[in-house]
Amino acid sequence: MIRKIHTLEITKNIKEMCIEANYYLSADMKDAIQQASQKETTTLGKNVMQQLQKNLIIAADEKIPICQDTGMAVVFLDIGQGVHIQGDSLENAINEGIRRGYEEGYLRKSIVHDPLIRKNTKDNTPAVIHSKIVAGNTLKITVAPKGFGSENISRIFMLKPSDGKEGVIKSVLQTIQDAGANACPPIVVGIGIGGTFEKCAIMAKEALLRNLKEHSDIPYIAEMEQDLLEQINCLGIGPGGLGGNTTALAVNINTYPTHIAGLPVGINICCHVNRHVTRIL
Amino acid sequence: MIKINAPINKEELKKLRAGDSILISGIIYTARDAAHQRMAESLKKKERLPFDVQNQLIYYMGPSPSKPGQIIGSAGPTTASRMDTYTPDLLDLGLGGMIGKGKRSSEVIHSIIKNASVYFAATGGAGALLSKCILSSDIIAYEDLGTEAIRKLEVKDLPVVVAIDFMGNHLYGNALPGTNCTSL
Ligand code: SF4
Repeated sequence: MIRKIHTLEITKNIKEMCIEANYYLSADMKDAIQQASQKETTTLGKNVMQQLQKNLIIAADEKIPICQDTGMAVVFLDIGQGVHIQGDSLENAINEGIRRGYEEGYLRKSIVHDPLIRKNTKDNTPAVIHSKIVAGNTLKITVAPKGFGSENISRIFMLKPSDGKEGVIKSVLQTIQDAGANACPPIVVGIGIGGTFEKCAIMAKEALLRNLKEHSDIPYIAEMEQDLLEQINCLGIGPGGLGGNTTALAVNINTYPTHIAGLPVGINICCHVNRHVTRIL
Repeated sequence: MIKINAPINKEELKKLRAGDSILISGIIYTARDAAHQRMAESLKKKERLPFDVQNQLIYYMGPSPSKPGQIIGSAGPTTASRMDTYTPDLLDLGLGGMIGKGKRSSEVIHSIIKNASVYFAATGGAGALLSKCILSSDIIAYEDLGTEAIRKLEVKDLPVVVAIDFMGNHLYGNALPGTNCTSL
């Protein structure tokens, strides 16, 4: 049976999700910040962690953005094969939702119309949209506003197969070391290993959406997530980059088959304002 | 916790050391990428800057829009290194210091030493909290730049940490390893 979904409904949901994502963090993010706060040992680091917790309470109570950088809106769609989208074009419907969400939610408009000419579009459009056609008759939408302090220091490495696991670990640690305070630590690290040049980047971004309490289904990758987290927290960058043992809250890795000649690694860093809201229509 | 007033007194500033926690009260000015670019163009054309930078603090910040009844939206720091190319000229003109997040270039550190100024770090991503320290906000230049316009802010007890002091001691990069790092 074909299910009909009107684009007006999509617009309305996207609008609400932009606002929700920018005012409230998910429960797993809040828990991770709280737990890290208790474990932090340096005085400056502890102060920063306390500020972050207070900040979340103020943002939620007063319904204001957690961070003034309310990001570029990244939208993931899982479109069920049994869904028929009616009305406007899907892309227009999404951007209209972004436009309204950023306006009505008093969110900052941070998008320029051209990467080199750089005139602000004044409504935070367009979004970056990733869509997949999947089985079923539902439409799953995720809105993830991405801040650029942490986006700017994300990296792709096209490693050689012989670089192996050690090469991956080295690349991740180097990326985070270079990022320092600019990424607004404590960070969440999303990693995509395998696929092609673009596939590893998209997997890295998707990895940021995963619940921090969940680990990879692949045992050796789950172990690598834990191992990397420990090593990152030994870098000493700390909350706000002021020193301490809370540099990352979690490391999430996604993998995909790849070519005999390559080992692509995408490392997408997100600050402690790791925003994402998912709804299923 | 040390309290200081802005604009900053150069003698007071010399008492601050990298790592000190500070509360700033008084008048500060916001400017980020686009405003710095315009100020640099003005300097090249020998025009006057929108405000006299002498002893002032520049906060690298572009707020989110204010809701009705709100003084300002969320107001946390942006990455300072993007302003590195512009900073030495402003410090040479007498700018007291900067507030932002992240490391500075060695040129900026040298200029901080040469001009006996200071660079403070505010907590990135704590924009809702930091907005509560702002008592008033007025756009004084480049209104067309929207969030990037220059704003004159009155602040009370804005929490920052001295990231680079007037002698060039810096906090970033000298971080201590975590405690459970025997494996390294
Ligand atoms: S990196 Fe994140 S926390 Fe830092 S300023 Fe950007 S959105 Fe805010």
